[in-house]
Amino acid sequence: MNGSSIPLLNAVFIDPEIALSLDLPQWSLLIRQARGANVLPRLGHFFEAAGLLGQIPAKALAHIQSSLIFARRFERSLQWEITCIEAALKPLDIPLVFLKGSAYYVAGNIAAQGRIFSDVDILVPEAILPDVEIALIKAGWMTSNLDAYDQKYYRQWMHEIPPMRHLQRQTSIDVHHNILPKTYKFSPDAKKLLANIVNKPGTNFWVLAPEDRVLHSATHLFHGGEFEQGFRDLSDLDLLLKEFAHQENFWLKLLQRAEELKQQMALCYALRYTHKILNTPIPPEIINTANKQGNTVFSFTFLDPLFLPALQPYHNSCNSPWTHTARFLLFIRSHWLKMPPNLLIPHLLKKTLKQFDTFLKNQH
Amino acid sequence: MKLSTFSKKAIIESLNSDGLALKIGLFNVKLSSPITAVAEHLICLYGAFDTLHAEDFIDFNVAIEAPLSIRRYLRPQVNFSLDGFIPFKPLPYAQAAAFFEWGLNWCISGNSNQFLIIHAAVVELNKQAFIFPGAPGSGKSTLSAAMVCRGWRLLSDELTLLCVADGLIYPVPRPISLKNQSLDIISQFSPDAVIGSIVHDTLKGSVGHMRPPDNSVDFSAIPAQPAKVIFPKFKLGANTGLIPLSKGKTLLKLAENCLNYSVLGLDGFNALGQLCDASDCYDFSYSDLDEAVALFTELAV
Repeated sequence: MNGSSIPLLNAVFIDPEIALSLDLPQWSLLIRQARGANVLPRLGHFFEAAGLLGQIPAKALAHIQSSLIFARRFERSLQWEITCIEAALKPLDIPLVFLKGSAYYVAGNIAAQGRIFSDVDILVPEAILPDVEIALIKAGWMTSNLDAYDQKYYRQWMHEIPPMRHLQRQTSIDVHHNILPKTYKFSPDAKKLLANIVNKPGTNFWVLAPEDRVLHSATHLFHGGEFEQGFRDLSDLDLLLKEFAHQENFWLKLLQRAEELKQQMALCYALRYTHKILNTPIPPEIINTANKQGNTVFSFTFLDPLFLPALQPYHNSCNSPWTHTARFLLFIRSHWLKMPPNLLIPHLLKKTLKQFDTFLKNQH
Repeated sequence: MKLSTFSKKAIIESLNSDGLALKIGLFNVKLSSPITAVAEHLICLYGAFDTLHAEDFIDFNVAIEAPLSIRRYLRPQVNFSLDGFIPFKPLPYAQAAAFFEWGLNWCISGNSNQFLIIHAAVVELNKQAFIFPGAPGSGKSTLSAAMVCRGWRLLSDELTLLCVADGLIYPVPRPISLKNQSLDIISQFSPDAVIGSIVHDTLKGSVGHMRPPDNSVDFSAIPAQPAKVIFPKFKLGANTGLIPLSKGKTLLKLAENCLNYSVLGLDGFNALGQLCDASDCYDFSYSDLDEAVALFTELAV
C-alpha cells in the first residue's frame, strides 16, 4: 500500500465501474494483484455481473477470459468430485455436508463463482469418522503419508482427520467432525452445527445454515495463520454477507448464532475487516453489538495494525515494509490460540527436533 | 524501437532497474535480471523484437535472479519468478538464459486458455501453416529451424496457439531451442544461423537457441491458416517418408500433445476437429533435412 491509498484491486472489488477509467499500466497492475490473490476469475465474474466485460481493453480481457475458462473447467471437475464422494459414502446413509468452497458451490452462493481451491471439505458426526474413512479408502482415497506423531496429533487434537488423496484422480478431501480443533476454547459443539444444516432440494447434498457458513468462514480466516488467500477469504465473507443480508432477520440471527457457537470473536473481526477493507454494507448497530460480544482479549489499536496489512491482496504492490512481520505475528497468534502452552511447547519442541533429525539424515 | 537499436549498456541498465519490456508475439513481457548472460542472450537473439513503453500493458512480469542464500557463494543458482511467484526449483547459474525461455513457455501455456495450446512447432509458407507436434526428441525443433533457415516463417518452435474462436494460429516467434547434435546439424545446414551461447548438462543435455528470422518477428501480428498436421520422427538413416494419417487418429494424437485440452473441454475437442478437417494429416519419418525441406516446400505450393 502506498501511504493511505488502498490497493487498486480493493477499489475495483468495491466498485467495478472504476475500472473503466484505468489506463493500461493500471490494468496490468490490477490483473497482477488479482492473480496474486487468486481472485482473477472472481474479478471476471464481477465485471460480467456489472455488464462491463465488453468495455475492458483487449489485453486485460484476455487474462480474465483465460481465467474464466479455467474456472469453468474447475467447476466441472468439482461437480464430478462431489458425485464420486456421494457414491463412496452412499452405503453409510448419512447427510453429505459440504464446507467452505464446495459448500458455496453446492448452495449456489455468489462466493462460489470463480473460486478455485484444492480440497473438498465435508463434515460428519465424530462417532462415525472411522466408517467414513473406511468407505473412502474402499473407493480409492488414501490417507496422507504422515508419520506416527503427525497422525496422532491430527486424530487426538484436530477437528479433521489427515487429508485423504484419491489414488487415480489425485484429488484431496478433508473429512471434518468440527470446524475448529478440540484444543480451542472457542471450539463449538458440532452437534449444533449439524442440527441446522440445509438441504439442496432433490439431492443428499447439505450445507451449513447461512449464519453458520459465515461463522465458519470467519473462524477459518481469523483463527488461521496463513494469509496467502487472506484477501480471497475476506472477499468470500463480503459476498456471503451481502447475499444473506436480504434474508429475514439475518443480522440478528448471525449475532445470536455466534454466541451459541462461541464464535463472537471471529464474527466481530469478520464484520470489522470486511467493512474496513471491502466496504461491506453492515448496519452500524450490528457492528457495535458484535464488538461488545467479541472483542474481549485484544483492543483494535493492537489488532488493526496486524489484520489490516495481512488481509490485503497477496502481491508485492500491496505490501508495506511491515506486512511480512504482521503476517508472521498472526501466524504465531494462530498457534497460540490453537493450543494452550502445555500442549504447544511440547509440540513445537517435537517438530523442531524432527526437522533437526531430517536435516542430519540429509547430510549423510 | 527494436532492441538492436539499444546499446548493451542501456539494455543491462534496464534489466537491472525496472525491467526490460519486449513485445514477443502476442505477449508483452517485462524481464528483470542482474545476470549478464541473460542480457547477452537478449542482445544476441532478440534484436529484431520491439521494445515497449511505459504506457503499454504488460502480460508477464518475470525475473531471473539468484536466490538470496548462502549457497550463492558455493554453487550459485538462479530462480525464475512470475510477479514474485516462484513456480520451479532453482537451476544452476549457467542455465539462467535458457530458464527465461522455459519459464516464459510456462507463463504462456498457463494463462492463454482462449487458445488450444499444442506442444508443436509451426511454420508457414505461402499462407499455409504446417504444424509439427511431437514429443521431445522427435526432431520438430530441428525441422522447423531448418525450414525457417530456408525462408519459411517461424510461428513457434514449441507452442502452437490455435485460437478457439477463429481457428487460426497466432504466432509467438521466439528463439528456437536446439539440443545436442541438432546444434551442429543446424550450424552445418545453415552457416548463417545465429546460435546463442550453449549450456551443457541441463536436464535436456546441451541446449542452445537459434535467433528467429527478423521477418518472422516483424510479421508476428499476422495469424496463419493451418494447412498440414505432420508428426515428424527423426531416425538415423531413414528414408524421407510421408504417410497419410486418418483425421480420427490425427485428432487423438494431437489431443495427447495439447497442454490445456482438458481445460477447454468440448471447445478443445471442436477446435481440434476443425483443425483436422482443414488440414492434410501425415506421419513423417526423415533423416535428411535438405530432402525434408524440399518436400514440404513442394507441398506448400
